[in-house]
Amino acid sequence: MMTCKELTELITDYLEGRLSLWDRMMFQMHLGMCRHCRAYLRQMKATIRTVGALPPEGPPPDVTAELLDRFKDWKKSH
Amino acid sequence: MLAREDELLPQLRRGDEEAFTALVKELHGSLLRLARTFLKDAAVAEEMVQETWLAVLEGLDRFEGRSSLKTWIFSILANKARTRAVRDGREVLFTEMASAEEGEEPAVDPARFKASGYWNEPPRPWDDHTPERLLANAEMMVHLKQALEALPEAQRAIVVLRDMEGCSPEEACNILGVSETNQRVLLHRGRSRLRRALEGVLSAAGKKDSP
Repeated sequence: MMTCKELTELITDYLEGRLSLWDRMMFQMHLGMCRHCRAYLRQMKATIRTVGALPPEGPPPDVTAELLDRFKDWKKSH
Repeated sequence: MLAREDELLPQLRRGDEEAFTALVKELHGSLLRLARTFLKDAAVAEEMVQETWLAVLEGLDRFEGRSSLKTWIFSILANKARTRAVRDGREVLFTEMASAEEGEEPAVDPARFKASGYWNEPPRPWDDHTPERLLANAEMMVHLKQALEALPEAQRAIVVLRDMEGCSPEEACNILGVSETNQRVLLHRGRSRLRRALEGVLSAAGKKDSP
């Protein structure tokens, strides 16, 4: 039987599809019986989605302009 | 992958200024985010990203498309950062990546489990805290960004590439030059730390709300 502690360590391998068939079965069986681990898995997924939605900053306008000048130089040298 | 990447490359090679500006708009912030995991000094990180763009221009004609354009550009940045780190005598990050499997770092505080390995102090469901609601909560986002910045550099670099930039495991490994196993260990530790950080803030907020 897989324990809760073991499940929390295998969760990334599970999400990455890297568990063996047997471990995957054990993982899913444990989830089916343990609402705490189901809550843990949901928290993990929520964490990943939330981090993934943090937007990167855009480039400052002067940087864009400067890089565009370099691009024009590059174009001329072609 | 960038949107319309197959069209983008010929456009860039033809010298299409709009295509270049769009590429800079799309990737500059992402590159800076990755650069800052390697280089604490914001000005140095910005400089490194600019150098990366110049190297992209130099290499554009030679780029063979064996990886996606985005992966290629990220790799240029990572290589520059590595060279810089060696020069500054702080290869720590890359050593850290290579030795990810060493040392223990439990995903959850072991004290929260019974000796049997089952939950003693189980996680409280976050059902009221969907990602949408977490994102809309400015205070929560401040905490999340702080937690992200507090991640060990190697974990942060992997989390940035995998969960924020949407790179595949193979792409992340190629960009940072880490093994697949180390990549997964670092991702696991990084994600687990972020979950703990969010849980900490949410449970503190919960206590504040209750009478």
